[in-house]
Amino acid sequence: MPKIIVMTSGKGGVGKTTTSASFAAGLAMKGHKTVVVDFDVGLRNLDLVMGCERRVVFDFINVINGEAKLHQALIKDKRLDNLYILPTSQTRDKDALTKDGVARVLETLKQDFDYIICDSPAGIEKGAYMALYFADEAVVVTNPEVSSVRDSDRILGILASKSRRAEMNLDPVREHLLLTRYDADRVRQGEMLAVDDVLEILAIPLMGVIPEDEAVLRASNVGVPVIMDERSGPAQAYADAVGRFLGETIEHRFLIPERKGFFQRLLGRPA
Amino acid sequence: MNLLQFFRRPRVRSAQQAKERLQVLLTHERGSRGLPDFLPRLQQDLLRVLARYVRIDRESVQMQVEDDGGVFTLEINVELPGGGAPAIHR
Ligand SMILES: Nc1ncnc2c1ncn2[C@@H]1O[C@H](COP(=O)(O)OP(=O)(O)OP(=O)(O)O)[C@@H](O)[C@H]1O
Ligand SMILES: [Mg+2]
Repeated sequence: MPKIIVMTSGKGGVGKTTTSASFAAGLAMKGHKTVVVDFDVGLRNLDLVMGCERRVVFDFINVINGEAKLHQALIKDKRLDNLYILPTSQTRDKDALTKDGVARVLETLKQDFDYIICDSPAGIEKGAYMALYFADEAVVVTNPEVSSVRDSDRILGILASKSRRAEMNLDPVREHLLLTRYDADRVRQGEMLAVDDVLEILAIPLMGVIPEDEAVLRASNVGVPVIMDERSGPAQAYADAVGRFLGETIEHRFLIPERKGFFQRLLGRPA
Repeated sequence: MNLLQFFRRPRVRSAQQAKERLQVLLTHERGSRGLPDFLPRLQQDLLRVLARYVRIDRESVQMQVEDDGGVFTLEINVELPGGGAPAIHR
């Protein structure tokens, strides 16, 4: 059964696009035919993060409007056989996404793909709503920070009440928490919410914790999903998250600081 | 608290505060989820109408929705200043 998975957050800039790229690449690396769809109409970015910005001819909106066929808009990733990208339009606005149009495109994609990853825009308006409406599963991308946690909570409310699954009284959208930009040092200092705090508040299963790491910026600079920078922390954390998503039991990593700082040693705090 | 404790305890456990604030806020927000979203506008309209008769400010109208097992009740609380001093008519 093909699955539609939305990467959603409410709050902007928390790592949805970074996660969409790496999660889709991770599924493809595991042999699943995967397409990642950019729902951030007007602010196309997924193509840049995936490194295919120069290969975009037609986009998602062209397909919705019948101006292009789906296969003309789909971009095959050059590195991974099972991975495809459906870029969005840079010139139109979010009203270009109609429920019927989106439904049609997703239905067609379902015939060809195992996983359809929807990269949601920030906010709780039309674009974000369209991205989550058809989802079977949701990855709630959250930073350990009050405004992000609050927005995640709102998104969970919307998933539970306004998604297609909710409206049609089907099984609810399966929810996964992905905590990103996690800085274990600052958590230990008591300056940043810890995984357990966020889990206690949001009360949904934890799919992974992605450390704050410069590898993410590096990867986006060169247009490669960070999961392919295999030795980096985020790559390992994303690979673990994909594994857990697919049902493997993998212990959580990156929850404690790597090295002891000068002051911590001086004061002899436990690591 | 002696000096050593001061250093050992991270000065302000800001993360702890963050957590507590979130718990309070989200309990409140979750409670009002799925409730009619016309309440803010109703509040505005009520204020406007009431202001024709009494001197009133925005804090004096409070509205609350209670969910009694599927039956919603709207409770409106209007605080009248000084026994309802009439507003000056324009
Ligand atoms: N684990 C991480 N470590 C360091 N930087 C990160 C990490 N994850 C994301 N970033 C950075 O955070 C910024 C926002 O990331 P991204 O574009 O993925 O967020 P988004 O949720 O898609 O944003 P928007 O809401 O605008 O679509 C980028 O500059 C990205 O490089
Ligand atoms: Mg994005």
